[in-house]
Parts: sequence; C-alpha cells; structure tokens
Amino acid sequence: MDLPLIFALVAAGAVGLYVLADGFDLGIGLLFLLAPREQDRDLMMESISPIWDGNETWLVFGGALLWTAFPIAYYVLLPAFYLPLMIMLFALIFRGIAFEFRFQARLFRRGWDYAFAAGSLLAVFAQGLVLGGFIGGVPVESEMFSDGPFSCFTVLGLLCAVGLVGGYALLGAGWLIWKTDGPTQIFGREVGHAALILTAASMALVSAWTALTVPEVAERWFAWPRILPLALMPLAAVVAIVLIWRSLWGSNDGRPFVLTIVLFLLGFGGLAVSLWPYVVPRHATVWSAASDPATLRFVGTGVLIILPIIIAYLGHAYWVFRGKTVLGAGYGSRGAELHVGRRTAASRNELHLS
Amino acid sequence: MDATTLSRIQFGFTIGFHILWPAFTIGIASFVAFLSFMWWRTQDPVYGSLMRFWIRIFALGFGMGVVTGVVLSYEIGTNWSGFSRAVSNVLGPFFMYEVMTAFFLEAGFIGIVLFGENRVGRGMHFFACLMVASGTLFSASWILASNSWMQTPAGYSIDASGVFHVVDWWAAVFNPSFPYRFLHMVCASYLTGSFVVAGVSAYHLWRDQHIAASRKAFSLALWAAIVLAPLQIALGDAQGRNTLQYQPTKIAAVEGLWDSGDGVPATLLAWPDMTAEKNRFAIAIPHFASVYLTHSWNGHVQGLKAVPSADRPYVPLVFFAFRIMVGCGLLLLAMAITGGVLRWRGRLFTTRWFQLAAMATTPLGFVAVIAGWTVTETGRQPYVVYGHLRTLDAASPIAASSVVVSLLLFVMVYNLLLLAFFWYGARIVMRGPEDVSIHPNAVRPGLEQAGPAMVGGFLNKSPSLAGE
Repeated sequence: MDLPLIFALVAAGAVGLYVLADGFDLGIGLLFLLAPREQDRDLMMESISPIWDGNETWLVFGGALLWTAFPIAYYVLLPAFYLPLMIMLFALIFRGIAFEFRFQARLFRRGWDYAFAAGSLLAVFAQGLVLGGFIGGVPVESEMFSDGPFSCFTVLGLLCAVGLVGGYALLGAGWLIWKTDGPTQIFGREVGHAALILTAASMALVSAWTALTVPEVAERWFAWPRILPLALMPLAAVVAIVLIWRSLWGSNDGRPFVLTIVLFLLGFGGLAVSLWPYVVPRHATVWSAASDPATLRFVGTGVLIILPIIIAYLGHAYWVFRGKTVLGAGYGSRGAELHVGRRTAASRNELHLS
Repeated sequence: MDATTLSRIQFGFTIGFHILWPAFTIGIASFVAFLSFMWWRTQDPVYGSLMRFWIRIFALGFGMGVVTGVVLSYEIGTNWSGFSRAVSNVLGPFFMYEVMTAFFLEAGFIGIVLFGENRVGRGMHFFACLMVASGTLFSASWILASNSWMQTPAGYSIDASGVFHVVDWWAAVFNPSFPYRFLHMVCASYLTGSFVVAGVSAYHLWRDQHIAASRKAFSLALWAAIVLAPLQIALGDAQGRNTLQYQPTKIAAVEGLWDSGDGVPATLLAWPDMTAEKNRFAIAIPHFASVYLTHSWNGHVQGLKAVPSADRPYVPLVFFAFRIMVGCGLLLLAMAITGGVLRWRGRLFTTRWFQLAAMATTPLGFVAVIAGWTVTETGRQPYVVYGHLRTLDAASPIAASSVVVSLLLFVMVYNLLLLAFFWYGARIVMRGPEDVSIHPNAVRPGLEQAGPAMVGGFLNKSPSLAGE
C-alpha cells in the first residue's frame, strides 16, 4: 500500500475542506461591513457562529497532518512564510474572539464589527500570500529555508491574495443566499456579482502570471498531447462561472453556493496539475518527504477510524442548525437573556419551529 | 538578542497565556456537563439557570483557548523548525490524535452547547456538554503525553542526523512521567475551576443576589475543593518523586540543592546564586527534603553540582516558581478545609469574611498553574527533549527582527484580549444567573393557577425570592 500517496490525498482533502468550510465563514467576514444594516450583520454572524469553530479546526488538522506525514514541508515552509503566517494568526485571533465578544458588547459593538471584518480580510490576504509563495517555490539549503523574511511578498502572492478574497467573498455570498432570506439574502445576491467578477479576473491573472514566471508550471500545462485534456479544466471553470452568474438571482437558493464549491474544486485541480507531486515545490516530493512508515501506519489507523466519525458529527451539527437562520434564536448569552423570563417556555419553542 | 532567545520568550509567553484557558475550561466544561445532567434528570430550574450562566462564561474562555491554541500549532513550525524536524515522527502523531479526538469533538458539539439548548432535547444537550467536556480531557491527555515525552522520552531510537524514530508507541505515549503529569494537571484544572465557581458564587452571596443558584454553586464548588485540594497535594508529591527519578537536576533546582547528599534539608527560602554555586540567606529544615522526596529520613538526593554548569537550568526561576505554586496550593487547601468546617457548623452561606476570602482566592489556581508549568518547563532546560536535543539546536533559521515584531504584537494583542475578557466576563458575572423564581410561570407554565399553596411550596424551595 502506498502510504505517502494516501496521506497526500488525505492532506489534499483536508486543505480542500478547510478552504471551502472556513472559506465561506471568512467570506462572511469579508462582506460584513458592506452589509447595509446592523440587522444583516447580526444575521450574518448568527448564521455561522455555531459552526465556525469546526471549520477552523481543519486548519489545525492540516498543520498537524503536514508535520506528521510530510515534516519537511512543515519545517521548511512555515519558517519561510513566517510573517504572513503570523499575520494570519493575529487576524484569526481577532476574528475568532469577535464572535464571543460582539454578542456581549454594547458600547464597542462597532469595534468588534471592524475586528471581525479586518481580521477576516487580513487572514485571507495572508493565506493568499502563502499560496503564491508556495506556487512560486522557496529556496532551500541543507534541508532548511534559506532566505529573508520578506521573500514571500511577491506579485504572484498578491494576485493569489486578491483571488482568494474574491473567491471567499463569493462563497460567503452563496452561503447568505442559501441560509438567509429577506434583505440579507438580497444583499448576498447583489454582492455575489462583484465577488464573482473579482474571482474570475484574478483566476485568469494568477494562471497567466504563473505560466509566465514559473517555467516548470508552464511546461506542465503546455506540453503537446497533454494540453488537450488539460484545456478542459479552464473551460469547465468558464462554464461554472457563467452558471454561477445566472444562478445568483435564480429560484434555487442553494445553487450559487454549490456551484462556487465546484469552481473552487476546479481551481484546486489546477493547482494539483501545476504542483504534483511536490510538497515543497521543485524540492521535495510526496514520497521523499514522507515520514517513517511506522508513523504513517500509527496515524493512518486513527485517520481511518476517527475521520468518518468526525465528518458524521460535524454534519450533524450542520443538520441541527439547518434551514434559514432566524435572528435572536440562539446565542446562549444575549438570546437567553432577551427571551428567558419574558416569554413562556412554549413561546420559546415556537420561535424555533417557525 | 538572537532569534532563539526571542523565540523562547515568545513561545513561553504565548503558551503561558494559552494554558490559562484550558486550565479554566477543563474544569468548567465538566461542571457544565454536570449541571446539564442534573437539569435533565431533576428538572430543578436552579440547575438550568446555573448551566446557562456557566455556559456563557465558558464560551468566553473557550473562545480564548481556541484562538490562542491555533497560534501554538503553527509556532512549533515557524519558530522551532529544528525541533519539528527532529521529533515529527513521534509528536506529529500525538498532535494528529489530539486534533482528531479532541479539537473536532469540541468544535462539533460546542455549537449545540452554546446555541442549541432549544433545538435539541435536554438529553441531547447533556450529551453535547459531555462531548465537549470529554474533548477537553482528551486534548489534555495527548498534549500532556507530548510534553511528558519531551521530559522523559521513551520508546524511540535516534538516527545519525538527530531525527527520532518510534520503536514502541505504547512506551512513547505512556512514557514514565505521563500518568503523573496528566493527573496533576487535570486535578489542577478542576481545582482552579472550583475556586472560580466558588469566587463567583461568593460574589453573589456577598451581594445578597441570585441566592438559590449561588448557594447551590458555592456548595458544589466547595465539596469539589475539599476532595481535590488534598488529592492535588498527594498527586504533586507523586509527580515530584517521579521527577526525582528521571530528572534529578530539575528537583535539585526546585530544592536549591547544590551538593548531592543523604538526609538533605528542605530550603524554605533562599537566593540561589548560580555563579557561587550556593544559596544565600537560606532558611532550611534539616532532613525534611529527604523525607518528602524519598519518604525516608536519610534518603539520597542528587545536587546541581552533579552535572556540568552548562547542563543546569536557570535555578532561581525554577526555585521561586515552585514555592509560588506550593504556596497557592496550601492556601487553597486551607480554604477548602475552612469551607468544610463552616459547612459542618451550618454557616457556609452566611459567613461574610469567608465569601470575601473565596473571592480573593479565585485567581490563585491560575497563578499555581502558571508557576507549576514554569517549574516543569524551565527546569527541563537547557534541553527541549530532555537529555537529547538542546533548545539552541531546535530553533528556526529566521530573522530576529521578525520575531521581535511578532513578539511585540503578541504582548499587545494578548493584553488587549485579556482586558476584553475581563470586561465582558465581569459583565456576565455581575449580571448573574437568571432568577428562576421571579417568573415561575416561565419555567412551569400554569403554576400561577395552581393556587397559593403550590406557589408557596415552590417558593420555599427557592429561598431567593425572600431576598429579592
């Protein structure tokens, strides 16, 4: 059994899940200040507050998996991206804690709005820089990163950052269309257009810039017979973009979100074509970077048994909070305080049946 | 300063700040699960009200724990790439299992705990609380297994390039110091939690508000304390003896003991002078250290001079941190015993000075946890994997200026977070649990029609109404 290959697939799956899951709640953060009314913001936050923590856990999972299965990627890439990663961590701190504090705040409510939005924007931006740096590759000497702290601030990184901002905002807009209704949903539909344009434009730019500046990647795509099947991918992406455009005002509320996921998967596939089988591009492959077989077996057993259970109960959490989000229906602190004592138990239940 | 020293300061600061929250949430999560269970089984609205109150406080602490914990999982790579490279085969899997068995479990059920009480039944809500509480304990076991492996490595081999490989997983996970460290830390968290509950309830009792709920919580917290405080001292003694066996240098630093010997004295207070290799201004009890370390009058204890000075930790830090930890532990024990005596005399809820004392001792659990971790982590130096990998060889090839920037930001941001936590936490605490007795019909619809006899019976069960 090819353990490194299996772990590469698990890692790709985990990163993909992280990007999609945290993508839409980071996207909510990106759109947060653009929403016209305070009530929209309350609803937007309430729609993700029960699940954002589970979404972000995939980031920790990804980090731990990288360290366990492909340690060189962890100890070469993390120091290489020191500054963007630190920016991301700080941004995630502000963003994450804004969930808890905004519900409590009266006076500084606006402040936590800004912390949430700015934190989301910075985190996404930093992730874009890391992605760009990863595609571009990092200099390595004797198994350690060998360059300065600012080497990851590249044009490709900036393009990727803009692209991720657009993509996550699109996911967030899709989520709003799916999970809310009324004015907030209309806001999602409106802002979805802008996000889609930004996403499409930067996907094209990132692809073009990568093909121009990273010859190894260009060779992958443009080698003769291979270009024929590979050309289907950008074509499919164009189709997906058109379909999303048409679905934004369509009658099926879930469709824009699902189609955006398809678009992300296509982008992810494009990355795989460009970079496979490297975990540190052009330096270490999935097989040369893999850790001890004993380690992979020990962890693999756990992944095999526990991961399906995890996905089941995370799915269950989504199921508990299914349907359109209703304002004031939930939070243990503010919700309880507003409703308990003034309403009877019967009317409290009724609130959730509607 | 060089990048390594700065990274050490940054890691020490971020992990020290982080450990406050697990220490808080491990205890409170179990308390919430207990309350949820009682609310489900007994239908007593006091439990429901207490549960919702403590969930609100728990939510703040849990959020702080999550955001400061994510930082650590990346810092190990960004700042300690030498360490990540050497131990990835051993500790990587531990972290993976921690994420899979603990973080996802907490994250998957925290939404239901916080927001789902009305969406799922009480039984399911209790199950969610139980899963979150179990998650905190699973997390503690994996992370303490990792830390203990760094203190007392086992079940491994090292290759020529300094990379560790595991030959026996069982031995690596259940390494010699793991069971002791795990029990000591979990007990510390429960003890810290019970004194937080006691302090908050004492505040309400002192102000004569939310009496029914606060009496119940105060009583529960002090029952827990009277079991946990003596237990913690016994567990601490066991861990000390384990450390003496595997890390004698750390114990020598704890005791401020320079020369090995039999029947060594316990130094109560002194200034350990690293250059002169002796204690100044020492106050000591003869033979006492041998008695509690080896449980024999003339037991042999190894001193600091048994190893070259380059292999010794910075003694004053270990020495004083240990005394702070023990001092806090003894104060908490005194509080627990006093509480027991007052309860026996029937004055637990009415003794004003004891309520003040309970408020004053609320932070001591946290102080003891920080001090205890300072002892065990700085006492391990100059090694990061004890006896094998020096901290100097564990650092990343990063620029010192980068670390300066991130360190300054961490100090600022974390202080801001702490301020916000106290601000909002204090507000939740001051507002207190909902008073179930004000609106009896909110909990038991139709009760008001049942006549004064029943309402009276209900009121007798909740004496708080008399005071409101």
